[in-house]
Amino acid sequence: MNAIEVEGISKHYGSLRAVDGVSLSIESGTIFGLLGPNGAGKTTLIAMLVTMRRPTSGSARVNGFDITKQADSVRKSIGIVFQDPSLDDELTARENLELHAAMYAVPKQVRHGRIEEVIKLVGLEKHLKQQVKTFSGGMKRRLEIARGLVHHPKILFLDEPTIGLDPQTRAGIWDYIKKLNEKEGITIILTTHYMDEADSTCQRVGIIDSGKIIALDTPENLKNTLGGDVISIKCGGTDQCVNEISQLKWVKGAVKHGGFVDVRVEKGEEKIPKILRLMEQHGIPVESVSLHKPSLDDVFLHYTGKTIREDEAGPRDAMRLRRRAWGHRK
Amino acid sequence: MNREIEGIYALWKRELITFARSKSRVIGSLGMPFFFLAILGTGLNNAFPLPTGGNYLQFITPGIIGMVLMFGSMFSGIIVLMDRQFGFLKETLVAPISRLSIVVGKALGGATTAMIQGTIIMVIALFLGAQIQILDVAMLFAFMFLISIMFVSLGIAIASTLQDMHGFQLIMNFMIMPLFFLSGALFPLSSAPEPLRIISMLDPLTYGVNGLRFILLGHSDVSFGVSLAVTSAFTVVFIAIAMYLFNRIEE
Ligand SMILES: Nc1ncnc2c1ncn2[C@@H]1O[C@H](COP(=O)(O)OP(=O)(O)OP(=O)(O)O)[C@@H](O)[C@H]1O
Ligand SMILES: [Mg+2]
Repeated sequence: MNAIEVEGISKHYGSLRAVDGVSLSIESGTIFGLLGPNGAGKTTLIAMLVTMRRPTSGSARVNGFDITKQADSVRKSIGIVFQDPSLDDELTARENLELHAAMYAVPKQVRHGRIEEVIKLVGLEKHLKQQVKTFSGGMKRRLEIARGLVHHPKILFLDEPTIGLDPQTRAGIWDYIKKLNEKEGITIILTTHYMDEADSTCQRVGIIDSGKIIALDTPENLKNTLGGDVISIKCGGTDQCVNEISQLKWVKGAVKHGGFVDVRVEKGEEKIPKILRLMEQHGIPVESVSLHKPSLDDVFLHYTGKTIREDEAGPRDAMRLRRRAWGHRK
Repeated sequence: MNREIEGIYALWKRELITFARSKSRVIGSLGMPFFFLAILGTGLNNAFPLPTGGNYLQFITPGIIGMVLMFGSMFSGIIVLMDRQFGFLKETLVAPISRLSIVVGKALGGATTAMIQGTIIMVIALFLGAQIQILDVAMLFAFMFLISIMFVSLGIAIASTLQDMHGFQLIMNFMIMPLFFLSGALFPLSSAPEPLRIISMLDPLTYGVNGLRFILLGHSDVSFGVSLAVTSAFTVVFIAIAMYLFNRIEE
């Protein structure tokens, strides 16, 4: 069975097509990652699936329920962790979870047990009585994940679950996510900027750019279709470098990004000397050369012409990070 | 149905918890009315004869209670804006409960906290020596509730149209303060100049203050029947507007 079926869904804001005719299906019990640069439409697509925004056209079914005609049934069957913080900072962790349980009509008899269960899952059981405003960014994120699970949803949506957190906390959160999927069989749909984490967590990924899905497969298959090796050259005059290299017949592709040129070839180790010689002939200064197997980063670069890097976060992210770091009170 | 009531109850409780935790909000909201009573009230107590008889502290006590109810409940309504800015509103908007229940929970919570503040200021007035007699306790609280619901709804309506907190100061200065001063809380309308009196008749708080004055002092510029009828009418209209505007919020 498919947890999600999307058919030609679009969302327009004036003349902007934030999501542009997306179709995809996601099998129950899998972890699906939606990857894309800033402003690609990831949050907008999720917002439509969780019935928060109405699609301009197209339709989707979530757990078999139509997102426009059966919004209430959709809502009861899903959990959501938003990209931006959404806890009540004045309330304690327990009060936040209780409020959620009440709004999702979790029966009174089981409420207490459920709260204990989800709080243990994210390892915050010692902090139940603490006001959320005293929590660190990572603790807040974990509490939001716990909250999304209180009503035992069949699907959990996670929009950038680890953005702005330190690597250790991020690793912890991915562990929880995998555990949830394995033990509880929950379907997980997430977006992330961390390609390596998406690679090791997601069974399938979709790459979205300018509102359109441009690649959809397992991380393994996506990397294999790129094939061979990637040679990363740091050099001056990247334009000229791309020009020269593209003319070689054994080069499968060359793209530049931020002072680097990535070249896709077979048997990379044999090609490095040849490339260096060529660079020397044309007087292009080379600072460094490295060789690696294609990663999801390379796949992403190949399809979107952009890299995703945490330090290249746009102004919107910067604001989010700041808000998360400072916390906020009334 | 049961689910909606549970949700309303939980949201109501949230308002009370938040209120109880923010000492500064409680104290801050009672500061100004306290000074009105303690300084203006006692200072002017015997300064001039009132057309209605009695002394000035006694006269302004219902007005100050009305003011506390209006400030408190308007503020609760406008907090929707903060919930929106800090993201919590999203959590409620995607929950499987209706928007109607969200508004009702919010309004009942805001009204409850406003009534608590109103009751506190009434007790303070008694301690300062205001001679009020409560003709009918049930009627007093019912009327206080009506006033609070009216202004909470107005607050929610305003908050639903604003994008952020920047407009808040504007509303404070150009809406809440004039409504308070025009309501006849501090002076008898019967001796006010004609134009002022006419404008006052458009102020919803005028009827709130006059209703309270009748319940607490036994007399008022506007008869109790009219006060009750007009306050009820304003309440219904403001609730309808609040519902309509809140329904249109996208996240
Ligand atoms: N309410 C709105 N009104 C107008 N434009 C919007 C609105 N919400 C989103 N957009 C625009 O739609 C596009 C997609 O935004 P969206 O938030 O879905 O991107 P995203 O992929 O989640 O990006 P990020 O990685 O930064 O979170 C952007 O260009 C954004 O500016
Ligand atoms: Mg986003």
